[in-house]
Amino acid sequence: MSGRTTRASQPTEDEIKELILKLQALLPQLNHRPNTKASASTILEETCSYIKRLHKEVGDLSQRLSQLLHDSAEFVEVDEELITRLLSNIN
Amino acid sequence: MAASFVSNPDPCLDSSRKKRRKVEDDRNPASTTQARWRSDKEQRIYSTKLVEALRKVRQGSSSSPVAVSGGKIVKEAADRVLAVAAKGTTRWSRAILRSRLRLSKRLQKCRKARVTGDSRCKRADVRRERRRTPAVQKKVKVLSQLVPGCRKAPLPNLLEETTDYIAALEMQVRAMTVLTELLSGAPAANRLNFTS
Repeated sequence: MSGRTTRASQPTEDEIKELILKLQALLPQLNHRPNTKASASTILEETCSYIKRLHKEVGDLSQRLSQLLHDSAEFVEVDEELITRLLSNIN
Repeated sequence: MAASFVSNPDPCLDSSRKKRRKVEDDRNPASTTQARWRSDKEQRIYSTKLVEALRKVRQGSSSSPVAVSGGKIVKEAADRVLAVAAKGTTRWSRAILRSRLRLSKRLQKCRKARVTGDSRCKRADVRRERRRTPAVQKKVKVLSQLVPGCRKAPLPNLLEETTDYIAALEMQVRAMTVLTELLSGAPAANRLNFTS
């Protein structure tokens, strides 16, 4: 534990502001005008709704994947090689 | 070299321990974590592991149709593979893996024990809370419920975890989208290609 200097028992406001700004940089909605400083409250709210949106997307994709796997029963297993190849081509 | 878990005042070990600790303590994680989750390599590794996991899921459930609850199973597999990809460096990933091992009951016991001990710390928390408006505090609470394993995390940790979690989720969405397109793109073509 000798590496830590700030034990974060009293986190400074500046540290927190900095982290919140970094969060803002990640959010697509707030980045259209990057020079505008959004309030902490807005950033937190956008973060929450963005995470919820991502969760929902994952859920929808999971649902769709599950149906695809169910429908394409026989050759999903053997197509793993093909999928891997295609993935390495695409990326 | 010597085992890195030994607490040794040796300076060489200390520096290597510091290097290892740096992954967790780095107050400037945004660039590194974002870079990690945005790299093609990471996405490719995740996609491949996800395909493996889904294949096992498919094999395991060949007896009964899983179309109805399959979405949940796929999501759990996707989250688990994502948490593994984080390599245990973040709270959210550890929380996901813990809940997979069904330790949640044991954790609930631990949480209850901790609550009684927290009453002493509550005054300090209230002092900190007064610095932020109740609106912000409420949103922090919502956020802490959205990011796994962060319900009682201190605010700076929660914010760090959030940035990493968002980047990871975005990668998860990208990878799963690619997979879905591949699988639904041309099933007939897949079959043809396979005939060799």
